[in-house]
Amino acid sequence: MLTVTGLTKQFGGFMALNGVSFEVREREILGLIGPNGSGKTTLFNCVSGALVPTSGSIRFRDEELAGLTPDAICHHGVARTFQIPRPFRKLSILDNVAVAAHYGAAKRSSEAAARARAREILELVGLPTDGAASTTLLGAGGLKKLELARALATGPRLLLADESLGGLDPAEMHDAAEMLKRVRDQYRITIVWVEHIMAMLMRVVDRIVVLDHGEKIAEGVPRQVAEDPRVIEAYLGEKLVLA
Amino acid sequence: MSGPRLAAALAIAALVGAPFVPMGGMRQYVLHVAIQIFIWAFIGSAWSLMGRFGLVSLGHGAFLGVGAYTTVLLWNHFRLTPWLGGPAGVGLAVLVALVLGYPCFRFRVVGHYFGLVTLAVGEVVRLLIIAERDCTDGSLGLTLKTAGGDSLLAVQFADKRVFYYAALLVWLAGLWIWHRVDRSMARAALEAIGEDETAAASVGIHVTRFKLGITVASAALTAFGGALYAQYITYVNPDTLSGIGVSLKIVFAVVLGGMYSLLGPLIGTALTTALSEGLRIAFGLKFLGMAETIYGVLLIVFIIFLPAGIAGGARRLVGRRVAPVTASPA
Ligand SMILES: Nc1ncnc2c1ncn2[C@@H]1O[C@H](COP(=O)(O)OP(=O)(O)O)[C@@H](O)[C@H]1O
Ligand SMILES: [Mg+2]
Repeated sequence: MLTVTGLTKQFGGFMALNGVSFEVREREILGLIGPNGSGKTTLFNCVSGALVPTSGSIRFRDEELAGLTPDAICHHGVARTFQIPRPFRKLSILDNVAVAAHYGAAKRSSEAAARARAREILELVGLPTDGAASTTLLGAGGLKKLELARALATGPRLLLADESLGGLDPAEMHDAAEMLKRVRDQYRITIVWVEHIMAMLMRVVDRIVVLDHGEKIAEGVPRQVAEDPRVIEAYLGEKLVLA
Repeated sequence: MSGPRLAAALAIAALVGAPFVPMGGMRQYVLHVAIQIFIWAFIGSAWSLMGRFGLVSLGHGAFLGVGAYTTVLLWNHFRLTPWLGGPAGVGLAVLVALVLGYPCFRFRVVGHYFGLVTLAVGEVVRLLIIAERDCTDGSLGLTLKTAGGDSLLAVQFADKRVFYYAALLVWLAGLWIWHRVDRSMARAALEAIGEDETAAASVGIHVTRFKLGITVASAALTAFGGALYAQYITYVNPDTLSGIGVSLKIVFAVVLGGMYSLLGPLIGTALTTALSEGLRIAFGLKFLGMAETIYGVLLIVFIIFLPAGIAGGARRLVGRRVAPVTASPA
């Protein structure tokens, strides 16, 4: 459903992405991995419209996304979360999600319907649904959930989850991984999941794309990718544990 | 009727009845002060419509001046009724807002830089009025040509009570608009934009459109306030209706009263008006400009110690929280 071809992003003379091509299939969870600074977030920024690619094409369900504005891409059905959560602090938890449900949907519904949908999603991710609950109540794990809820509220077909789980404890990581699976099944969506701790990702994803220094170095099912010598080299020093 | 609604109804009834309370020889003066407070509080509400979302304009004098001068010039030169001249002024102010806003919002001119751009626009309007001396009488100002007695068509009335009720109505309409925006999902979107444009855009909010929309609304209401003020005072002057001076006066009053509260602009305007009237009565014209100096000092004190203004600070003191948008049953 998403076909990225020759995607390149340059910051001045620096190549953050260099001719990256890959495909995302309907209803899969695709893992996007790579060492820190390999260009994963930049890739998400390009697909979601936060950055304009230097060159290359991003086709989503037969439409070109490259060059569209972020709000237009959201309306096409692509939502993203931010690696470092960016909640709207002046809004309640419910309003954070309701505003996304109201303005993010391809077809605008009533404000009441948006709130009802926001409550439903908050319940799914396990956050308080009452109108007065403030974002100041949330810790690192809670803010990640809010990011996810806000993105889901826009009614995406494709979710770009920049979920680097470093900073969460093992139980929270496990929950987050389970959550993505549940979300995929319940909302019938496709997910690209970024994570640089490979072991975590291996258990959840269907396929993996590996980035290093802005280039794709491997693609395939988890076991195959984990044995790829280029991947092992890129992750030199990090132990690959396949649980 | 619930408590706050009852209180509001009583307050409005008192304001409607006020002109008939015996005040000795003071009636004209009291009415004059009240009219000024209502009009400037309305303009303050119009300003805070965008100011509360971090779109701090230091050039609302531009819209005020455009609204007032367009109305007066069309009447003086072409005898066009203010009922049409006013809307023309509002339309022109909207045009100015679009020309100012679009490039600012498209290229993400925010915060202090946005403030500086608006400041410049306010000055440009003032300088234009002064420069077009043949048409505007320049810095001398321009007196509204009389219709020769009371006239609904010319919006000229000798009896201050007419303007009192008009100003009261306009002020209430301003409160209603402010309240509607406050209760809408658009408020949440604007709040989100004010905090984080990138995150707001990522959930489908058209950032430029929202900012332009609220700026246009604020400019239109401000221009309308300017036109009404000109009709009442029957005199326009580039220094009192455009440029930095009046732009900052609007900001002072709103920050003082509280830009996040419904009644903040009224409280702030009442205080600044009382201050300038008090100083004028106490010192006559000896200390012209004293009021502005005191505003400035007060503003600094408020921004440091009471950023939500008097209304916001009082509410926090009482410990009541404003019901958030979502508190209403869905
Ligand atoms: N807006 C930007 N301007 C300049 N350089 C950037 C910008 N965003 C990312 N980079 C650089 O691009 C590279 C890839 O970053 P990023 O995509 O965040 O990596 P990852 O998410 O894989 O850790 C890094 O070297 C980073 O410093
Ligand atoms: Mg990253």
